[in-house]
Amino acid sequence: MNTSGLFLALGSLLLAAVPASAQNSNTILIRNATVLTVTHGNIEHGSILIRDGKIAGVGADVKAPDGATVIDATGQFVIPGIVDCHSHIAVDGSVNEGGPSVSSMARIPDVLNPVDISIYRDLAGGVTEANVLHGSANSIGGQTVVIKLRWGKPADQLPMEGAMPGIKFALGENPKRSNFDPPPGVPRRYPGTRMGVEETIRQAFTGAREYKKQWDDYSQRKAAGEANLIPPRRNVTLDPLVEVLEGKRYVHAHSYRADEIAMLMRVANEFGFKVRTFQHVLEGYKIADELALSGSGASTFSDWWAYKMEAYDAIPYNAALMTQRGVVVSVNSDDAEEATHLNQEAAKSMKYGGLSPNDALKLVTLNPAIQLGIDTRVGSIDVGKDADLAIYNRDPLSVYAVVQKTLIDGQVYFDRDRDIAQRASLEKEKQDLIDKEKKAAESEKKKPQEQGKKPEPKKKGGKPETSDGQVSAGGAL
Amino acid sequence: MPDTQRGLRPSLFHLLLAFAALAALIGMSRGAFGEGGEPRYFAITNARIMTAAGAPIDGGTVVVAKGLIQAVGTNVTIPPEAWVIDGKGMTVYPGLIDAGTNIGLQEEETPGPVSGGRGAARRSMTPSGPIPMGPEDRPGTTPWRVAADEFKTDDKRIETWRDAGFTTVLSAPDSGIFPGQGSIIDLGGDRSGDFVVKPSATLQVSFRPAGGFFGFPDSLMGTIAYVRQMLDDASWYAQSEPIYDANPTKNERLPYDRAERTISQALAAKETVILPANNSVQILRGLRLADEWKIPAALYGGQQGYAVAEAIAAKNVPVIVGLKWPERPKDADPEGEQTLRELRFRDRAPGTPAAFVKAGVKFAFSSDGLAGPKDISKNLKKSLDAGLTPDAALRAFTKDAADILGVGDRLGTIETGKIANLVVTDGDIFNEKTKVKDVFVDGRLYQVHAETPSEKPHGGDDKPNRASASPAADRGTSTARVNR
Repeated sequence: MNTSGLFLALGSLLLAAVPASAQNSNTILIRNATVLTVTHGNIEHGSILIRDGKIAGVGADVKAPDGATVIDATGQFVIPGIVDCHSHIAVDGSVNEGGPSVSSMARIPDVLNPVDISIYRDLAGGVTEANVLHGSANSIGGQTVVIKLRWGKPADQLPMEGAMPGIKFALGENPKRSNFDPPPGVPRRYPGTRMGVEETIRQAFTGAREYKKQWDDYSQRKAAGEANLIPPRRNVTLDPLVEVLEGKRYVHAHSYRADEIAMLMRVANEFGFKVRTFQHVLEGYKIADELALSGSGASTFSDWWAYKMEAYDAIPYNAALMTQRGVVVSVNSDDAEEATHLNQEAAKSMKYGGLSPNDALKLVTLNPAIQLGIDTRVGSIDVGKDADLAIYNRDPLSVYAVVQKTLIDGQVYFDRDRDIAQRASLEKEKQDLIDKEKKAAESEKKKPQEQGKKPEPKKKGGKPETSDGQVSAGGAL
Repeated sequence: MPDTQRGLRPSLFHLLLAFAALAALIGMSRGAFGEGGEPRYFAITNARIMTAAGAPIDGGTVVVAKGLIQAVGTNVTIPPEAWVIDGKGMTVYPGLIDAGTNIGLQEEETPGPVSGGRGAARRSMTPSGPIPMGPEDRPGTTPWRVAADEFKTDDKRIETWRDAGFTTVLSAPDSGIFPGQGSIIDLGGDRSGDFVVKPSATLQVSFRPAGGFFGFPDSLMGTIAYVRQMLDDASWYAQSEPIYDANPTKNERLPYDRAERTISQALAAKETVILPANNSVQILRGLRLADEWKIPAALYGGQQGYAVAEAIAAKNVPVIVGLKWPERPKDADPEGEQTLRELRFRDRAPGTPAAFVKAGVKFAFSSDGLAGPKDISKNLKKSLDAGLTPDAALRAFTKDAADILGVGDRLGTIETGKIANLVVTDGDIFNEKTKVKDVFVDGRLYQVHAETPSEKPHGGDDKPNRASASPAADRGTSTARVNR
């Protein structure tokens, strides 16, 4: 496929600078930066060697081989690309399939929108991976996907290869629809209580078990040579739940209150699966030990709460407190704008809870990578990992830090200088197109005056009118 | 003599007889040519013939016999009974095909969201009926609706389209996720059945959420998931039904589900599945889904195809290009901010057909959303200006359209044995100044309305006017055929 053509096609918003397709060199050296590796300390005047999209060397004495593209990062800071564990960017249409309370048939990968400008904006905030989730309208929501923010690439190149697929669950006020009413005449959807949410999840997994058994029985009888069997129907709603039961799909559960978090742990335990992450988990600090024991990750907000009843009992110390009790904690955005400054969101846990700068940085890099099962690939600056990096002009935990470049797979997908440089030409292109359209519209207006208002100067010959105004009669096509 | 007297004095009976004879004579003079009434043999001689199946033939003859093309070439025998039309200075084209209309169909009323199925939809007090809660409620699913069954002959567009050179359209229902099946309609006939070339030609799909407020599906991803489940169910039915029929005592009986039964039949008949996809994201998504679902798809819309033409060509999926190019809304705020993205799209969309030719994408055109042939012509011109050659345009309107719609064996070219759908013009059919002179549909000659007989330099001076176009409910007066 012609990549540059695709770039032209997809990268089309005014500020949406597109990476130069001329990133041919597969060896790159980022030199003389402060490298925050996250796993093995900070390296002053350090360099990172990138080969074929992977990190090939990190250290103070890594040199550029012949022919390598050198990015001079003198005075700048390099961190692992930010991993946003809760995102709703790059989705075509609604992020909720809000009809049934079990909408596991809906798949975010079906509706990835690679030209969503939020991808580019989040890139400009240093984000390289995002866990794109279905919304929280349902007890069991749709299927989720981890994407790399490869701006300019088609949808099928966004999902991160090898990343475990997920599914969204939601507890509390959203699935029970506490905060909005159906229109007159439309009955309330079940469930309407927290109990009902639990029952809905139980019911769904009970169904999934039966469904799995049907298929197992069928396969067994078939394998035993039995002929003329009618197979069970395939059920696109239950398939992903069977995958959860088989440990092939992560559960990311939207949750607020400690009691319902504990509830879902019990239900998951009963059905033999694990909740991979609790999302929001604003009361997680109350049950940090239980979370740590369960092995579930906690992905929370830095300091965002009280937007509804169940989100009141929250504190900005949540991330730090859970971290100190041994929970793998991340700080997420849940919002395209918030994602552009997750570095600052992470830094808040230094003030609230006294996390070290490195532990704070982990909240948006290594920890979410662990939660998403992609930490062997991203989340730190280590040899062998994907060259997904963000380069800041200052310490990224400072509010003054601004992203200069963002790399994914060793390719520069965001470059602040390039962005600024091409704004004028994009503005000109835009103005030219507007002018062209105006000109065309004006000449269009003139035409009918020249030719007379009637579309067809018909000769009178006693013929009945054929056109009733809805359709335009014409000559040859 | 009483007898004579009686004979001389016309009785009321005789008077009536005389009137009847007179009426018959008048009728004859209007309608009859020779004993058979309507001529079924024609020869257009000495014309330039654009066959769409090879190089144009200059000074050629097309012979039409009983609805089919009997011969075409420079050295053909003209049957003695043929009505000869001198085609000097004329060009003959295959009848044009509009691959996306709802001609002959009533304005769509959105059907109730639930169409049966096995589910237990939530009951609501609203008049629109129960709220679908999942795939088993079959939301917006009426694949058994066949356009041909609902086709009305009094649609004025039949005449307007034909006058511009269209002899054939795909007419398809349009509401719901599985709205029904599209039919290939020839734009001429008496009864509605006469118009129908192929009743079940396409299986229509849309990705518009059909669940309504608070029902399933209310999102794009839910709709795609539903289509996936429905197609799965259809293939499950196709697999299971024969097993059950052969072994009724061994298996639990199958529930009757009209949707899965109809769709499995449509897929077995290899009907083209029409998948809407207009922008580059939708197009690539459509290609992926067509792959996943293993369906013989045609993309519908395809207007941002210029950006992904090579990807489409690589998958060998045809496109029915919507000719209603994107435009700035008429009521747009003059001060309103416009994005470069939408500006580029509006600027480049008409270049899509040329890009398709270059990349090797097979495509047809649809007038979907356009009011009439004048608008089709205006929009097509933008594509011609953007590099689409008249030859390629002709192919898209004839041969390729017929192939995409699964009727390439009978329509789309001027070749022996094909249905005699022909357009006679006084020049290049895609030139604005060119006039359509005659249109043949199923080998029947139709006159074109913008003309009076005196204007016609060819085709015989005693050719009658077309029948009056007084509306009639069932009989096809709107067909305005010559010689009826």
